[in-house]
Amino acid sequence: MRVLVRPAQYVALAGYIVFLGFPLLWLISASVKSSAELNSLTVSLLPSQWHWDNYAQALARQGLMSSAANSLVVALASTVLVILIAMPAAYVLARLKGAIRVAGVGWILVSQVFPVILIILPLFLILRTMNLTDSLVGLTLVHTTYTLPFALWMLQGYVVGIPTELEEAGSMDGATRLTVLRRIVFPLLAPGIVATAMFSFVSSWNEFFFALVLLQSPENYTLPITLTSFIGGEGKVALGPLAAGSFLAAIPSIVFFSIMQKKLTGGLMAGAVKG
Amino acid sequence: MSAPTAPAAGPTTSTAGRPARPLRHRGGLERGRRREAAALVMPSLLPILVLSVAPLVMGIALAFTDARLVRHPDYQFVGVDNFVRLADNSFFWDSFRIGMIWAVSVTVLQLVLALGLAQLLNSGLRLQGLTRVLALIPWAMPPVVVAIMWKMIYSPNAGPLNAFLGALGLPDDINWLADFSTALPAVIVVGVWVGMPQTTVTLLAGLQQIPGELHEAASMDGANAWRRFTAVTWPSLRPIVASITSLNFIWNFNSFSLVYVLTEGGPGGRTMLPMLFTYLEAFKNRNIGYAAAMGVVLVVVVVLLLAVYLRSQFRDDRAVKKG
Repeated sequence: MRVLVRPAQYVALAGYIVFLGFPLLWLISASVKSSAELNSLTVSLLPSQWHWDNYAQALARQGLMSSAANSLVVALASTVLVILIAMPAAYVLARLKGAIRVAGVGWILVSQVFPVILIILPLFLILRTMNLTDSLVGLTLVHTTYTLPFALWMLQGYVVGIPTELEEAGSMDGATRLTVLRRIVFPLLAPGIVATAMFSFVSSWNEFFFALVLLQSPENYTLPITLTSFIGGEGKVALGPLAAGSFLAAIPSIVFFSIMQKKLTGGLMAGAVKG
Repeated sequence: MSAPTAPAAGPTTSTAGRPARPLRHRGGLERGRRREAAALVMPSLLPILVLSVAPLVMGIALAFTDARLVRHPDYQFVGVDNFVRLADNSFFWDSFRIGMIWAVSVTVLQLVLALGLAQLLNSGLRLQGLTRVLALIPWAMPPVVVAIMWKMIYSPNAGPLNAFLGALGLPDDINWLADFSTALPAVIVVGVWVGMPQTTVTLLAGLQQIPGELHEAASMDGANAWRRFTAVTWPSLRPIVASITSLNFIWNFNSFSLVYVLTEGGPGGRTMLPMLFTYLEAFKNRNIGYAAAMGVVLVVVVVLLLAVYLRSQFRDDRAVKKG
């Protein structure tokens, strides 16, 4: 009986590996197959010949490059905004105690689980009066607002790690608050800022719902919207280039997750990276 | 909208020339410090108030109007009319029921599968490194790419799933996402695939905190594997299971993108999650007031779930303190 436990465990593990890994493997495989092979009835994981042309086609495809550029602009702009406005607030949040801190942390938690469907309706009307629907500026502001809670949470965690003695030493020397923040706190925060910036970038790059609601003209589409518009036409899709484009779109988050792998354990960190 | 960044200049001027002291102060903050803290928080607070809190309040107000999503809206206060209509809208409640089936199935399957995987990853097998990396893949993919990927797998003609079934001699012509009976189970599998990694990682962290001596002691007393699980593992994991399960349930209930791209709620509404239903009412039927009423109902459900979650957390906290 005991002898059978290990083999059974390995069989189960193999099952998990196939279930978790196969879909991505299939996407990559489809991205290097010719359309003839993708539509043939003999299905195999390895392509009969490697068809790299799909990548060239995906990139040349109408709208894909410009959507990638839109995604890049929105993701970079919202990342910069998030970091700039979150840094001072995260500092306060980390150094405070009592009711304000409880309120701040409570709001962060609630914002991670609150259904956005009710908020998007008036938000759409508000942004429309400001002429910010169907606009990358509007989308950037929305992404900034909705990445902010978790960015604050990440950053304040890093601030807590900076001993207050360092600040006190700085102020003994007569430095002002701003100097202390700029010379002592923010430089020590660098790793936290990098991690938070990467998180903000990936959240915005992957974001679908707000982009779907807010953007209307194809020249403003972000990458996820353009990708879904390709699968809309029933049966008419060139699967190879679609797979290639999808794989390219996934690269930023794959990079982020491989770097953050060790940190993605437990707690709120595990919580809020939900799509 | 440059407003949110403007107040950032506040603290620089007000503190210039004054030596800084740490913000934290025994017995609270004195007035100057408090004003300074407010100025530092303001750039974050402003966009949140304008783009998140104000819309929430307006959204609730909208639910009591007959607003339509048209160029020059002209709407009136209609009291609870929308809610009365909604109570009779069987399509909405069908969608609510589907949302519940979806959220319960995905959450439970996620938990069971993740618990199994976490146990395997905690039992000294080979290939653990590989599995850990693989386990993060679903988590790392953008939802839209996940949906595209699974659409290919479920493809009725040249999809690998049907090919695999055919090779086993089983029916191989199932149109998974378009068939009335298979569509909901098929999207549930994708939901499980997406959510499993995070649950696994959380549970694994919990498992690793259980001291090895507990298991050894139980073994010495002659406990078999199942007995060790029920007597040692499960009781230690319970608080983590409670919190990750309630959070997963809320997230799954709120889910939109994945199913929207996979099926758009079809076939025949069989995968119409409530968030999709509300979205379509607002942006396709353009009944934004009515959709807001649906949104309010969904928010109330989520807030109730959240309250249950927070209560369980609070109870655990107290239990820990007492213990």
